[in-house]
Amino acid sequence: MIQFTNVSMVYPRGNKALQNIDLNIDKGEMVYISGHSGAGKSTLLRLINLVDRHTRGQIIVKGQNLERIRNKRVAKFRRNIGFIFQDHKLLNDRTIFDNVALPLVIAGNTHQDIKRRVQASLDKVGLLSKINNYPMELSSGECQRIGFARAVVHRPTILLADEPTGNLDPALSWEMMKLFEQFNQVGVTVMIASHELDMIKHMHKRIIVLNKGRTVDI
Amino acid sequence: MVIGIALAFPTGFIVFLDNIKVVSSNLDNTIELNLFLKMDVNEIKAEALADKLSNHEDIKKIILIRRDEALSEYKKLSGFDNVLDSLDENPFPNLILIKPKFKNNENSQIADLVEELKIMPEIENIQYDNKWINRLTKIIEIIKLVVLILSALLVASVLLIIGNTIRLSIYNHRDEIEITKLFGGSDSFIQRPFLYSGFWYGIFGGLIAWFLVLISISILGDPVKKLSYLYDANFKLVGLGLTDTLTLLAVGIFLGILGSWIAVKRHLRSIEPG
Repeated sequence: MIQFTNVSMVYPRGNKALQNIDLNIDKGEMVYISGHSGAGKSTLLRLINLVDRHTRGQIIVKGQNLERIRNKRVAKFRRNIGFIFQDHKLLNDRTIFDNVALPLVIAGNTHQDIKRRVQASLDKVGLLSKINNYPMELSSGECQRIGFARAVVHRPTILLADEPTGNLDPALSWEMMKLFEQFNQVGVTVMIASHELDMIKHMHKRIIVLNKGRTVDI
Repeated sequence: MVIGIALAFPTGFIVFLDNIKVVSSNLDNTIELNLFLKMDVNEIKAEALADKLSNHEDIKKIILIRRDEALSEYKKLSGFDNVLDSLDENPFPNLILIKPKFKNNENSQIADLVEELKIMPEIENIQYDNKWINRLTKIIEIIKLVVLILSALLVASVLLIIGNTIRLSIYNHRDEIEITKLFGGSDSFIQRPFLYSGFWYGIFGGLIAWFLVLISISILGDPVKKLSYLYDANFKLVGLGLTDTLTLLAVGIFLGILGSWIAVKRHLRSIEPG
């Protein structure tokens, strides 16, 4: 599903974010990317979502060579991917419904379908009662679950999460990880970047550890 | 409001030009050519010439003043009856008064007509006072150019105002644009609401401009009318017709969409998910 072959990423100012990365993630697999701050976890996810472009090597996602995807085609490519951010990135001037509906509005779904899917997605994360609230009225943990609902509402085949539990207490973090597992069980490929190695060891999934832009064995 | 004012100026200038055109076309009617015929051209020949000239495409009206009529009129006006009666012969030639036709307000047409008439054997002399008409025409041409330049500058300023407003709006929605791009929103999807904003800025700007011009005309209408009475004329300010109003709105919409399209094309690319 996701294949990195000898991938390097050097930022314009010369910062080597990733060096000679080789990895293969199967369809429906759930993988954790771990490492210290600046190890290259976020960069790895950003390359998959085409937020950044790798400078060397080859990345294949769902059979598509990312190097060959032109800028104009990036938007369409991203519609297959769900993304969860550490800082939620919710729109504070929109209701929870509007925030979660965003990927469906972009995809051009009908109003009826959007309503149905948003309700189902919010129900899944246990926040259907907050559908008409604004993000400012919700706690950090609730906002992260809303971010999760938005990332999965359009049923992506790949779900990427960058430090999704970074701002949450251990109980909420565990709850969040369980949501990822549930979603993975229906066949979605999940990649989670997290520096909380102790917690993710308990999830019994493959862990890829990065150190200074390189993969290391644990 | 700023867009409305910026659009109101060129619109007002155009209305001003339309009114000047009306004034100048009224002045055109006052131009008259006096054709003094040779003394040996008798009345029959003069009538024949008048008939011939009346069919000319550049001549609107012809009046033949026979030499006897000219003499009696001069007697009436001057009061020199006795002196004129003592003359052996009527000193006045037959006279043809011509009102030329104006096509496209071209003053050069008269000069062409005069050149054509000058070579006719029956005509001794042609008199017409075209200096002031020439001056007025030149002044109007300069005013037209000034209006054109000012209108172009103001239209450019409308584009800049709309472009800047949209640019600020784009930067205010920076987070939203970034998130939309992350979830697969294409540039055309993201730019759509900004183009709609440009459309509304344009249409409301056009309506405000129309309203401002309407108010200006209603304020100026009465004083201009009174002024025209002082010049024995019955001039009335011409406002914006239906076609002009629709054109103004269409121009407003066009500028609104164009301004926002330019701003969106320039600034949207610079916002990428970071």
